[in-house]
Amino acid sequence: MNNTNSSSIAGNAPGKPPRSRTIERVRSGLKKRHQAERRFRLYGRVAIWLGLAFLALLFVSIVAKGYTAFEQTYIRLEIDFSADNLGLGIQRDRAALSRADYGGLVKASLRSLFPEVTSRRDKRALYALVSPGADFILRNQVLEEPNLIGITKSLWLPANDDVDMFIKGHTERTSEDSGRLKAIQHRWIDRLIAEGRIEKRFNSTFFTAGDSRDPELAGIRGAAVGSFYTLLVTVALSFPIGVAAAVYLEEFAPRNRLTDLIEVNINNLAAVPSIVFGLLGLAVFLNFFGLPRSAPLVGGLVLSLMTLPTIIIAGRAALTSVPPSIREAALGLGASRVQTVLYHVLPLAMPGMLTGTILGMARALGETAPLLMIGMVAFIVDVPSGIFDPSTVLPVQIYLWADSPERGFVEKTSAAIMVLLLFLIAMNSLAVFLRKRFERRW
Amino acid sequence: MLKKIFVLSTALSSLLALGNADAQSARDYISIVGSSTVYPFATVVAEQFGKTTDFKTPKVESTGSGGGLKLFCSGVGVEHPDITNASRRIKKSEYDACHANGVNEIVEVKIGYDGIALANSKKAAPMALTLRDVFLGLAKEVPAADGSKKLVPNPYKTWKEVNPDLPDTAIEVLGPPPTSGTRDAFVELAMEGGCKSFDWIKAIKQEDKKAYKRICHTIREDGAYVEAGENDNLIVQKLEANPDAVGIFGFSFLDQNRDQIQGSTVNGIKAEFETIADGSYPISRPLYFYVKKAHVGTIPGIEVYLAEFTSEKAWGDEGYLTDRGLIPMPEEERAKFAADAKALNNLVLE
Repeated sequence: MNNTNSSSIAGNAPGKPPRSRTIERVRSGLKKRHQAERRFRLYGRVAIWLGLAFLALLFVSIVAKGYTAFEQTYIRLEIDFSADNLGLGIQRDRAALSRADYGGLVKASLRSLFPEVTSRRDKRALYALVSPGADFILRNQVLEEPNLIGITKSLWLPANDDVDMFIKGHTERTSEDSGRLKAIQHRWIDRLIAEGRIEKRFNSTFFTAGDSRDPELAGIRGAAVGSFYTLLVTVALSFPIGVAAAVYLEEFAPRNRLTDLIEVNINNLAAVPSIVFGLLGLAVFLNFFGLPRSAPLVGGLVLSLMTLPTIIIAGRAALTSVPPSIREAALGLGASRVQTVLYHVLPLAMPGMLTGTILGMARALGETAPLLMIGMVAFIVDVPSGIFDPSTVLPVQIYLWADSPERGFVEKTSAAIMVLLLFLIAMNSLAVFLRKRFERRW
Repeated sequence: MLKKIFVLSTALSSLLALGNADAQSARDYISIVGSSTVYPFATVVAEQFGKTTDFKTPKVESTGSGGGLKLFCSGVGVEHPDITNASRRIKKSEYDACHANGVNEIVEVKIGYDGIALANSKKAAPMALTLRDVFLGLAKEVPAADGSKKLVPNPYKTWKEVNPDLPDTAIEVLGPPPTSGTRDAFVELAMEGGCKSFDWIKAIKQEDKKAYKRICHTIREDGAYVEAGENDNLIVQKLEANPDAVGIFGFSFLDQNRDQIQGSTVNGIKAEFETIADGSYPISRPLYFYVKKAHVGTIPGIEVYLAEFTSEKAWGDEGYLTDRGLIPMPEEERAKFAADAKALNNLVLE
């Protein structure tokens, strides 16, 4: 064993046994070094587990708060669609039907269920059990099927948000009349439950309706469609421009001070806070070009400014990863530079560019700050039908709901976060898939 | 693949360009901006209006009172909003700015009142505060305890030190940040109200308005007042977690969360619907909206929206806005503003 170390410690003083001393020093330190290595690995593991734990906590708290939003409490009522109840005269055309008193139908039905309720105050409390949206549901049913008039039909109508929160266990029964629901309303609810008139069902409204100030009528369709149009504009603008810029800078542009300056600026732009782009959008697109406020068009324009640097940087990285031999071979066979780039280099770089674009889009999907400046933080009920209609986007909807006083919006907020996360996960998986599927290594 | 993408994106871009042609030529929905305090009420009316009429549902943006008036006064034309909500009356400077930009005819509609509640968790005992307690507990500088006319940095750590009748808990108040309209109103009504109760400070107002404002409007910055963000729901949640803390927020949040929090009495008056309506609860403010008369007739439905907002079923004593926490005006006042709105009477500020 001593022999193997002889050369490295030849310079030691003679007489003493220097070799074993060095060995000892190494050995005595060895334990410490191993410990240090184990510690380091432990730190790494703790860091990862901590990260995962926070992520799990986030998901658990969001899902635990939000899963109930996918259900909605319904109350079964016998609705008597008589012309008298509706306040209809002889006229039965669409205009007359749409003006009829559908709220009266619900009230009449509730009164017949609880005939003992007589005082004005109590009647108001009774009517408050059913969502104000029930009128519109009945109205739409009658407009669709006018021969419902004169028929009594048993229907499930959405309950008011206070009832919904109580049935789901989000609010507690208070002894006095201090809670949102009064003691008398609790007695009515108990009776409705006993009669099997209250049921929790899948909340399809959440996926088909636009925003509403009544939590039981609010949906994310408007925001989701708004996000779709905004991203459509973003991708339609930023992808072609980003790819063209990346190709020119990487393949054609001369290397000089000007292109260096442009490169530095693009890298800096990628790090500019998004609100700055919002201010820019307000000044340029709204005030100078006079484009409509709150429109997905302007939102898309602002977000494409924000994602462009990301796409250009990703695109240039993808182009540099294409080996020069491909270009040389194409040029050697007589292809022009444009042909080389368009038919050989770009197709090979495309997966990397698409990945960069999708990640940029995912970031744009989660953005609210720049949209604040251009009026997309707004209450919009109608689902937008184009890029000029006023609309909002998913993260803004989350923000607006989180700020609403009604308790019912707490679960809606978490549910909307779940939907947004689902979209983000889907987009990121697509990026991973594209990379794995089309990526080529040399 | 490349060609396809290229063709697709060109097609999309040209589609965008085509649509652009008629983007600004017309707007067939009402555009509303303004105060975040009025936002919950304006949106309910907007939704009701959209559902019961053939007009499109108005777009309501929450920009704050000042921001809303700035947008509103920037000019006449479809790119400018038709209505702005405000949690205070329009200022003379804003009125002048409106006129300078050609917005000469403005209709003012007062819609009701909003109370600002001081509340704590139901797990703790309810508090009975006076405006003077609020001022002494929260101001940056307070009159010295010995009664001399001298200001000292706020020495109070617990409510009991402020007023021996109050509980012996540390002063910890969660409230809105300076950007919020609720904060403005709280400072003006509650802080200044308590501040004025010292006669010698009140006397300063005559001589030096700035100094008076500085004394009365400055909130302490030593951690006793916690700026909890614009989100009132967050303050409610924090109160639930911390029974010793007191929160400041709009009355509708107290109204919606009565199973978790309780309002403190201020000057002996409980924050209730009735007490705010009759003006006995001291921290309440009027809410308004302003209509651009030049847009009536150009943008469809504005008259109908006004009629909906000023109808008894909306802002009346038992209207749907009161369910959301709006405190209605007395009947005569309602009748006056409803008539003003119907006739589109022009606001004249001297």
